[in-house]
Amino acid sequence: MATNQWWASESFWRKTAIWVTGGSFVVLMLLTMDTISQISVGTTRVPAYSVINHRIEYKFDEQRRVQVPVIGVKEPLFGKELNEEEAEALVKLGKLTTQAKNCMNCHTLLGNGAYYAPDLTKSWLDQYWGTSEIREVQMVEFIKDPSDKLHNSMGRRMPKLGITDEEARGVVAFLKWMSSIDTNGFPYNFKSIEQEN
Amino acid sequence: MATPGICDSANLNGGQKLAVKYFTVAITLFGAQVLFGLLAGLQYLMPDFLYGVLDFSVNRMVHINALVVWMLYGFLGSVYWLLEEESQHEIVGLKLGNVIFWVLTAAVTVVVLVFLLVQVGPGKESTIWLINEGREYIEAPRWADIGIVVSVLVVFYNVAATFGKGRYTGIAGVLVLDLLALFGIYLAGMFYTTNISIDQYWWWWVIHLWVEATWEVMVACIMAYGLMKVLGVRRKIVETWLYIEVALMFGSGILGLGHHYFWIGTPEYWFSIGGVFSALEPIPLVAMVVHAVFDAGARHAKNSNHPTMAWLIAHAFGNFFGAGVWGFMHTLPQINLYTHGTQWSASHGHLAFFGAYATIVIAMFYLAVQKWRGDVWMSGGLPGNGWKWKWALGLLNLGMVGMTMSMLVSGYVQSQIERAIEGSSWIGYFAAQSHHWFVQGMWWREVFGVMFAAGFVLLVWDLLTIGCGEQRKLVPASDSV
Repeated sequence: MATNQWWASESFWRKTAIWVTGGSFVVLMLLTMDTISQISVGTTRVPAYSVINHRIEYKFDEQRRVQVPVIGVKEPLFGKELNEEEAEALVKLGKLTTQAKNCMNCHTLLGNGAYYAPDLTKSWLDQYWGTSEIREVQMVEFIKDPSDKLHNSMGRRMPKLGITDEEARGVVAFLKWMSSIDTNGFPYNFKSIEQEN
Repeated sequence: MATPGICDSANLNGGQKLAVKYFTVAITLFGAQVLFGLLAGLQYLMPDFLYGVLDFSVNRMVHINALVVWMLYGFLGSVYWLLEEESQHEIVGLKLGNVIFWVLTAAVTVVVLVFLLVQVGPGKESTIWLINEGREYIEAPRWADIGIVVSVLVVFYNVAATFGKGRYTGIAGVLVLDLLALFGIYLAGMFYTTNISIDQYWWWWVIHLWVEATWEVMVACIMAYGLMKVLGVRRKIVETWLYIEVALMFGSGILGLGHHYFWIGTPEYWFSIGGVFSALEPIPLVAMVVHAVFDAGARHAKNSNHPTMAWLIAHAFGNFFGAGVWGFMHTLPQINLYTHGTQWSASHGHLAFFGAYATIVIAMFYLAVQKWRGDVWMSGGLPGNGWKWKWALGLLNLGMVGMTMSMLVSGYVQSQIERAIEGSSWIGYFAAQSHHWFVQGMWWREVFGVMFAAGFVLLVWDLLTIGCGEQRKLVPASDSV
């Protein structure tokens, strides 16, 4: 069998490997620069942290054929309007708490994590919290000590993780902000909590 | 030369003595992975089991981190194993390599103890530095990240400098660049940001570009070495295949990263880029199967180490089915919308990590034991017809396939009931989780997990005893270079 065909030669494939790898990486870098600029805080896809001063809804977009977050009327979290720095500090405390308490090894965030507990992407909008009036308080109380609260019929419960009142408020702020991120329609066909006036 | 049939380090070169240490830690962590996987799996069925003591989050974290670290130890061990033979030169910084091995192992031990005993911390940056970073797969606190980077750098130095002074083969070239990429990519996961979209953007650089790019190339190098070693395939053939695999792997895998950028806030153009390139990712895995099976067939499967050859073939197929087919099944965004973040991912993750990586590291374990015992015979006609390695192979593979299928059934239930019907709300989540079909899947997963654990015990027993007292020497594979 002829082994000197160009398509069977070592040097051809070595060069191909180098060019393909280099080329793919350059394209990835260019896409990364564009994407990072589109998902920085304060863009249409990832709103500023002060979005927690507003009502957030998740509505069907006729053009895109999926649900998208809609920023509504003023509805400050815990009834207190925060400026940009205060909002960022509170969301940062919440994000740090979700990492420090290892939330991601039971829950998913933006669909990534473990599958033992429900997804948190739109948890701020979930009907589980009853009505939008009692939601904030319910969430803070639940996060602080979930062990004796109602969960589900299976007996699967979240443990008490030593989360302080301030940290719990931070987590709720983080969850509210996260629900405003445009996730291209994930989770699909989501049924939100009632938020009418 | 020492008497054949006993483990004598005089049979090994410097790098191989170090490799054996890496392999010992690797298999220990493999055991930890299996144990904590069984505990976490049991908690799906008995939620109160160890509640408040070792919660699911802790067990699951140890389960997946033991996985990552034992793979890494297996790879670093494999690299040290082949380094002196491949370069035909003594390792330049063997002492440093040994020191780093102990430093890394001490660090891993501390991290695991902190995970188990401290578990969580207050919502401050100090927790991320000292206890737990809380990001799946890379939970190791920042101080340990720095240790990992330094360790990989030392291995990189040893590999690059040793090949530089000795023979610089095609495998050498790929390995050096791959280790450099492996090191560089890890840095992308070593910072904190409140913006979770940017957090996950870079987090996927680490996870995807490790697992679906640099690790795949790493095992392609090990496969190339393994086929030369046990089958006696000519270097020109394995190295040409290696370049083909690198071209296809990086050509599909680097931009295939886009299949993680569908739902994390990133723009819609990733649908097309991620969908197309990740759909191409199985192609290099097909190439690897063709390569391995063709080479084995061309030599009528005559080889110098039957267990290694069997695990190399298991790797070729496991990689193709686990990473390739199971990944492809839910990689297109139109399907992934319903499957993302369900048991589908767990099903794929299990078969892919086992099929692509565990198998080939086990193949290297057998290669190591053979030489350690003085290049003894390890082909047909082993005592007891080699029942231990054959049963270990069977139980581990069947156990894994069983777990994968069980989780896939649960995943179907989840994407149907939770996503398609109930609309992804928490009520929908629990409706699916408590559905008897889902629960059945979780039961079967645990049953097959026990089968897998039995296979692991048998594997360890076999590795400790195979070749013991064996007087026959191996017949080297033909036309080896």
